[in-house]
Amino acid sequence: MSSDRPLLSLRTVFLRQFLRHGRSIMTSPADVANPLLFFFMVITLFPLGLGPDPARLATLAPGILWVVALLASLMVSAKLFASDFEDGSLEQLALAPYPLAVTALAEVSAHWLATGFLLALVSPLFGLMLGLPEGGLLTLLVSLLLGTICLTIIGALGSALTVNIRRGGLLLSLLIIPLNVPVLIFGTTAVREAVLGGNPESWLALLGGLALGSLVVVPLAIGAALRVSLDS
Amino acid sequence: MLLKATQVAIERGDRKLLSCVDLSVAGGEIWQLVGANGVGKTSLLRGLAGVARLGVTGVILHGSTFLYLGHASALKLGLSAVDNLRWHPASDVTASTSQICESLAAVNLAGYEYRPVGALSAGQQRRVALARLLLSDAPLWLLDEPFTALDVAGCEWLEACVRDHVNAGGAAVFTSHQPSRFGVLQQDLDLGQYVV
Amino acid sequence: MWTFIHKLGSPPWFFRFSGTLVRWLLPITVILLLVGSIWGLLVAPPDFRQGNSYRIIYIHVPAAVVALAGYYVMAFAGAVSLIWRIKMADVTMRAAAPVGAVLTAIALVTGAIWGKPTWGTWWVWDARITSMLILLFLYLGVVALFEAYENKTAAARACAVLSLVGMVNIPIIYKSVDWWYSLHQPASIKFTGESAIDSSMLYPLLLMIVAFYCLFVVTLLLNMRAELVWSYRESGWLRQLVGDS
Repeated sequence: MSSDRPLLSLRTVFLRQFLRHGRSIMTSPADVANPLLFFFMVITLFPLGLGPDPARLATLAPGILWVVALLASLMVSAKLFASDFEDGSLEQLALAPYPLAVTALAEVSAHWLATGFLLALVSPLFGLMLGLPEGGLLTLLVSLLLGTICLTIIGALGSALTVNIRRGGLLLSLLIIPLNVPVLIFGTTAVREAVLGGNPESWLALLGGLALGSLVVVPLAIGAALRVSLDS
Repeated sequence: MLLKATQVAIERGDRKLLSCVDLSVAGGEIWQLVGANGVGKTSLLRGLAGVARLGVTGVILHGSTFLYLGHASALKLGLSAVDNLRWHPASDVTASTSQICESLAAVNLAGYEYRPVGALSAGQQRRVALARLLLSDAPLWLLDEPFTALDVAGCEWLEACVRDHVNAGGAAVFTSHQPSRFGVLQQDLDLGQYVV
Repeated sequence: MWTFIHKLGSPPWFFRFSGTLVRWLLPITVILLLVGSIWGLLVAPPDFRQGNSYRIIYIHVPAAVVALAGYYVMAFAGAVSLIWRIKMADVTMRAAAPVGAVLTAIALVTGAIWGKPTWGTWWVWDARITSMLILLFLYLGVVALFEAYENKTAAARACAVLSLVGMVNIPIIYKSVDWWYSLHQPASIKFTGESAIDSSMLYPLLLMIVAFYCLFVVTLLLNMRAELVWSYRESGWLRQLVGDS
């Protein structure tokens, strides 16, 4: 019977899962807007806490913007696989004759488009609000575009490891914050270099390398972690 | 032979649930896994399907593709019934819209095709999940508590659906607390005898 | 060779083997630690710039070196556990995590104590100290993840995945923190890295590093034995072994 039917190509599987997950995300626009609002509000806290001195804010801006973007990404990643796990979709994905790494990567990609990508797109606006010199805005955008890929995929690993643990949220931060240290360092350094008129390209290249590397390696770990979560 | 399990043992963490379970399922058979709460019916079914691998020992051979419907319905609440059924990675089904609408009509959900599944009642959601049975061509069905949340008509529909499937050469293994619905057609596997 | 590795995977055999090993290694470790400490703390000459305060390196450096090596031991055991599903690899991994975390904490605390006379402050965001701190976070993550799972077999597997990703990441973290520090290095507390260390100070340091490696192995083995006793508390071979001795 059906066992003779040829399997779909991995590209098709990826695309279908990507569309399904993307469509599912689009049905709740509030979930897409919340991290952006979080980003916006926490940025507002810094001038309130540090004082409105534009010169001081401008020197701190690269670090503030990056740290807040990291936290926003951390918060949304925590729930990446939660609904799939609760509604049983994950069981079905695990039974599929396709690698879990591929289907998980499809979901992570859709998730990144709805969170990290948007965060990066709006970041220059917040950069302006903090008085980040205009020379740094483009670098901020590019560094966050590349950086949020790493942040999202590492966050997905954290989510996959903790999805079956009650009260896993705090644990998730403990697991993935240390892994995100290089991303933060490369990202902030790139923006600072751009502001100082230096050469941000090498730092952006490092970020790009990290993004590519994590795209290759981490999905395998995510697949293994999801299986563990199903098993436990 | 659609499924052959030999000397299967199930443990969860440190706790051994079942041991030495033997089961072979051929076309035309209906098996009901029976036993008290907590005996390990769902764990065994998940083990047979291969959802959980850790703590499952023994030999489990699949002679065909199978469709597993778990306790959770694997539906995205924000998506419509049609979108939910369109792509199902496990059974590898890609159904056309008309096929999907037909199957939804069969489970008495005509008119609900494009509503978000989250807006349907628990029983209706269950029916959407069960519509996958009609879209799949897998000969073996592994169903975890399929009668849960269904009304009388729904239960009768599911019963007829399983009978048709079995008469066409398929087979079904399911867990349920309901007394045998399929009479002489079905065989019971009492898990009480395998408890460690 | 292969039979030896094969035997290592068997809990009863390992339990007996590790018992013999500990019986020999424990006195050796104690002697090494004693000799190294006395040599380093009393015999070695004082540093011409830092005076006697530098002597804390005889604890700080070995702890830091072995803490990092411990993470690799843990991650390697994790890989073995994931690939070959060997129970003893699980046990090794979960026993290594707390030992490594404690060593990292020792390195951090001694680093802070050393910082007070050297830099005039308890905490400096120095590249090496910061890397150690992140290593501590990585260890704590593994320990916390293990504790969070109820099913301990699954916990071991999850920790293996995490520690493998951590292992790949550690060189990147160390390198990035190095760059970060060299870009921000404030002139006032410039630390001139390893200037050539005199052999009269180096030999006791090497001895202490060897002693800490032995200490790590002994603690790891004892921890693993405790783990085995708990996991196999019901089984016959353990009762027999304990009854014998």
